Amino acid sequence: MDFDLTDEQRMLSDSIRRLVADAYDDFEKRKAYRAEPRGYADANWQKFAEMGLLGLPFSEEDGGFGGGPVETMLVCEQFGRGLVVEPYLATVVLGGGLLKRAGSDAQRAELIPAIAEGSLTLAFAHQERQARHDLHDVATTATRSADGWVLNGAKGVVMHGDSADRLIVSARTAGGRRDRDGISLFLLDPTAQGVTRRGYATQDGLRAAEVVLENVTVPASALLGPEGAALPLIEQVVDEANAAICAEALGAMEVLRDLTVDYLKQRTQFGQPIGNFQALQHRAADMLVATEQARSMAMYAAMMVQEADPAARRVALSAAKALVAKNADQLGKDAIQLHGGIAVTEEYKAGHYFKRLTMLAGLFGDVDHHLRVVVAAGGLPEAA
Amino acid sequence: MDLRYTPDEIAFRDDLRKFFRSEIPLAIRRKVSEGRALARDDYVTSQRILHAKGLATPNWPVQWGGQDWSPVQRYIYVEELQSAAVPQPLGFNVNMVGPVIATFGSEAQKQRFLPSTANLDIWWAQGFSEPGAGSDLASLKTTARREGAEFVINGQKTWTTLGQYADWIFCLVRTDSTVKKQAGISFILVDMKTPGITLRPIITIDGGHEVNEVFFDEVRVPAENLVGELNKGWDYAKFLLSNERIGIARIGMTKERLARVKRLAQDTPAGEGMVWDDPDFRRRLAWSEIELKALEITQMRVVAAQRGKASDKPDPSSSILKIKGSEIQQQSTQLLVDVAGPYAMPRPDREEEGLNLPSVGPDWADAAAPLFFNYRKVSIYGGSNEIQRNIIAKAFLGL
Repeated sequence: MDFDLTDEQRMLSDSIRRLVADAYDDFEKRKAYRAEPRGYADANWQKFAEMGLLGLPFSEEDGGFGGGPVETMLVCEQFGRGLVVEPYLATVVLGGGLLKRAGSDAQRAELIPAIAEGSLTLAFAHQERQARHDLHDVATTATRSADGWVLNGAKGVVMHGDSADRLIVSARTAGGRRDRDGISLFLLDPTAQGVTRRGYATQDGLRAAEVVLENVTVPASALLGPEGAALPLIEQVVDEANAAICAEALGAMEVLRDLTVDYLKQRTQFGQPIGNFQALQHRAADMLVATEQARSMAMYAAMMVQEADPAARRVALSAAKALVAKNADQLGKDAIQLHGGIAVTEEYKAGHYFKRLTMLAGLFGDVDHHLRVVVAAGGLPEAA
Repeated sequence: MDLRYTPDEIAFRDDLRKFFRSEIPLAIRRKVSEGRALARDDYVTSQRILHAKGLATPNWPVQWGGQDWSPVQRYIYVEELQSAAVPQPLGFNVNMVGPVIATFGSEAQKQRFLPSTANLDIWWAQGFSEPGAGSDLASLKTTARREGAEFVINGQKTWTTLGQYADWIFCLVRTDSTVKKQAGISFILVDMKTPGITLRPIITIDGGHEVNEVFFDEVRVPAENLVGELNKGWDYAKFLLSNERIGIARIGMTKERLARVKRLAQDTPAGEGMVWDDPDFRRRLAWSEIELKALEITQMRVVAAQRGKASDKPDPSSSILKIKGSEIQQQSTQLLVDVAGPYAMPRPDREEEGLNLPSVGPDWADAAAPLFFNYRKVSIYGGSNEIQRNIIAKAFLGL
């Protein structure tokens, strides 16, 4: 039992903290990043590459740095603190997670070095409108053609799908819409004939896209991983994404809590700081309890995402996400209430943290969804 | 970062697990598991078995029967003890007065009290709270005035848990009323047989006799029973309360109870299926399990942070453990009532009916509601959850 970070991990965390503090010190900067063509700052992306963050989870043989879930947690926690808008989750956690496990030698050699150096981004086009949070619900089809595959279907709310250089698309090569078997992954150039992307901002200031595929032809070499058997991998990578989301939410929660406590000390009414009032003190105390519980579950997520038994892993990650999402929601709402009117202004930071937390809580499964997973499993796995 | 135990820690855990489950009588563990009141003998029997193995007072100094364990080992010990439904060694003895005497007591006090305190030859009660001094403990009014070689005590203590079994009571008494309230308190040991002491039961809403009032009327105590220095009692009391850090959340116990709730829900019919088949019930149970898992890791983090550090300082994170731990304990007893359903209701008068009659409903069900009622106490005692929030706001958040 050990909660200490290694020296390398501590250094990594410190340097990301400094980088984020520098790049996101002024909220106006974030606004400017969002106005750039890709919806984020290329310069930040390059800094992440220089620091090694973009190659972090890849093996050293593939051109990465061999980091694990704890390293990802450290990165995402700091990104949460800064409300970072760059596509780390989409490119490195989701795209990278799929690519490093399912990619052929040729696919990995082509793409991983480019990701690590910051010249290529990915997005995972999986979600479909009817599926909601069911990862096995895939209606998009891929049918064999003479020299490859033809894709048809529609993907929704693809995070950073509008700017990604490559899409990883899930499609059915066999079976019915809700079968667990028959799902395959394909690497797709989004500028290919038949791909339509409608990009938009999300409520929390990031970017996403609706992606429509109409008779899109891809070569046989576009198949990523085994034909018809991608679901276990998708589930694993989405669990990793949820571990990262827990860490990111934690970072945002801590900043929002501190912001609120500072405000309670500064704002005076009735001739004294409002933090003198016990009704507010107790809610602030509950914010601390909520963040500490969330930190515990973010750690649990980072550790259990390495669990070999997929069923145990999945339940553990759902438990973590359910708790973090619930606490994030409560803390976000309390932060707004304790601030009062200032927090519902566009100008003040708190509302933006609240919005990000709200979106993170729902991304890849909301509280109800994840609670259902835990319930269906009959409870949490017992540690060995 | 790694949640798993080392092989040595696993071996340590397995040894304890085996010992607790094979050596402590099942009848006693069953009462603990069902949340029924234990008899005095149950506590004594269990603690003596533990003590013979060096497992009653692990947090004491080694020379007085403590164990040179790591924080992780201490944590495992508490977890295993609770999840095996072993009665905790009497807290007043092993977590409270024992460490205070071992740390601040005279050599004569140590020789006289520590071995018998560890073996539960002496049963201690805690004389802290008073009718007018609950959350504001330092405002206590029971006085001790010096007369020659004696202190003379007058006043009233209350909420004295299991005082009906006590041989001795350790009290906070006012020895100087001219100074700031915390600065005039002393810590003194009183034999319950001393003339002038009257004990009166308080019956709680579950019908149990767990707590008492203790009255002191010109009670003469030898001055040698003062612990440490005069008027330093508040410091010793704070030290004593900080010893409760590990175990205050009672995670092992709640784990055991939730596992039991699960088993009973699977066995209790409800319409076409079992209680277990009700999704609303399952969701509430799942939340308790999830919150408990988070708290378990929070507690592990506190334990891990203690490693290599002096652990005498009170840690504000114990407030988090107290708040969440008590909430989840209360949830677990509520779930038990829900499983019992209609058979949470009967409260037969066993004395009137005779004890030979079978229970009205399932044999566990009549204990469910009393436990739920009784457990309202856990968010009140040991510093109410509101006091804990005050501590967090002040100590952590600087409000």
